[in-house]
Amino acid sequence: MTPKIKQETTAMNGDEAVAFAVKQCDVDVVAAYPITPQTIIVEKFSEYVANGEVQTEFICTESEHSAMTACLAASATGARTFTASASAGLALMHEMLFVTSGSRTPVVMAVANRALSAPLNIHGDHSDSMAERDSGWLQIYVENAQEAYDSIIQAFKIAEEVGVSLPIIVGLDGFTISHTLERVDVLSEDVVKKFVGERQFPMVLTHEGKTVPFKLDPENPMTMGPNALQNYYFEFKRQQVEGMNNALKGIQEANSEYAKISGRSYGNGLIDPYKLDDAEIAIVCIGSTAGTLKVIVDQLREEGMKAGVLRLRTFRPLPVEELRNALKNVKAVAVMDKSMSPGGLGAPVFNEVRNALYDIKQHPIIVNYIFGLGGRDSSPRDLRRIFEDLTKIAKTGVAEKQVHYLGLRE
Amino acid sequence: MSSKEKTWKEISIAGVPPKSSIGFMTGDWKTYMPVRDLEKCTTCLTCVMFCPEGAIKWRPEMGKIEFDFSFCKGCGICANECPTKAITMKLPEE
Repeated sequence: MTPKIKQETTAMNGDEAVAFAVKQCDVDVVAAYPITPQTIIVEKFSEYVANGEVQTEFICTESEHSAMTACLAASATGARTFTASASAGLALMHEMLFVTSGSRTPVVMAVANRALSAPLNIHGDHSDSMAERDSGWLQIYVENAQEAYDSIIQAFKIAEEVGVSLPIIVGLDGFTISHTLERVDVLSEDVVKKFVGERQFPMVLTHEGKTVPFKLDPENPMTMGPNALQNYYFEFKRQQVEGMNNALKGIQEANSEYAKISGRSYGNGLIDPYKLDDAEIAIVCIGSTAGTLKVIVDQLREEGMKAGVLRLRTFRPLPVEELRNALKNVKAVAVMDKSMSPGGLGAPVFNEVRNALYDIKQHPIIVNYIFGLGGRDSSPRDLRRIFEDLTKIAKTGVAEKQVHYLGLRE
Repeated sequence: MSSKEKTWKEISIAGVPPKSSIGFMTGDWKTYMPVRDLEKCTTCLTCVMFCPEGAIKWRPEMGKIEFDFSFCKGCGICANECPTKAITMKLPEE
């Protein structure tokens, strides 16, 4: 695919790429609190504000709980809103994440994924956003700085679509992506603004009997955040599920529309398969690990092994049908998790993927590899070992155990 | 739930209430209810000002005040504030 529009080649790390994308998206309000490894996003964006390069209202809050509250309130007035966080900061937002999704305010948040204390660790894993799995936020995980830039731009379009109207997390691996300088091709601001467009609003019926856009407006007063008890709470929660379902289509459309202006696409936007068509063994992962895995798959293919990779780009909503179609002919699948669920059977991505595949009559044997916690490096040799394990499982039809710890000193 | 309640497809998103609190009869929350002694009441309207629910209404055309028990939650603020102690909180069966 050739890019239709001229782009500028820059060198940015993932955090800078995020800040640059936000700068181009005509964002009205940014309320944030810095935390490693997301700090550069907030620092860089506050520079844009100080230099007068953006018209954005930048609110320095006293905590992440306040940052998310400010974002929710700003978004409720119709403002396009962005924030960023990680680890303990995201955990402090926990309460307000549910209020934001329940209030159907399409806040966009970059999460530079980082481990949670204790022991204290500032490095990359997915514990923080996986702990917010059920908060009602859309979740996209990117593979590199280029995709971080592209996905932030898409995120506004996806979240603000009338049928979706849900907040979205764009996850980038702490340090591996957030702090690593990479080549990032950027579009012109005009092109980005045109792609993202004006914020759209669903229509709601107010107490005055008027059908008006869903935003706080003195001309059309409405109550936001009322109580809904036994009689209606359940119905509003069901509506959020529908927003998620609609996002399955919205994410694919944003991905293909974006490809037309940039020449870049990430699978179908939901899953990003690599050499999976005739694969007998495959690894499912999220985030930057996919880059290393693709290199290994190339090597294994040269050696005659039918190996493939499926990068799960969209974790919420979970692309169930796409996962089933992509993996139905694979004999053995390893799902990689950079987080854990102590006391559970494996970790979140494994649980979700295995659950989705359960209903296929002849489903593959699926095992879990927990790895990279607290930023521990996973060498190509480690990852290659997973494919060797899968070959054995595919041959014998038996997995001796379901959950493995990769790169752990046993 | 009764059949009058709407489905998730019929209601506006995010809990925006089509009738606001007018359609939400909070009066059935109460245990005690205010009872006014007309002998003691001077129609000073203190209770009208203090009622947090707007459930005590001043009817100037009739020159009297009315309690709306559909919304009175039985909080007792009116009884507490009444300068002539004309309002007492009682169980409905009393």
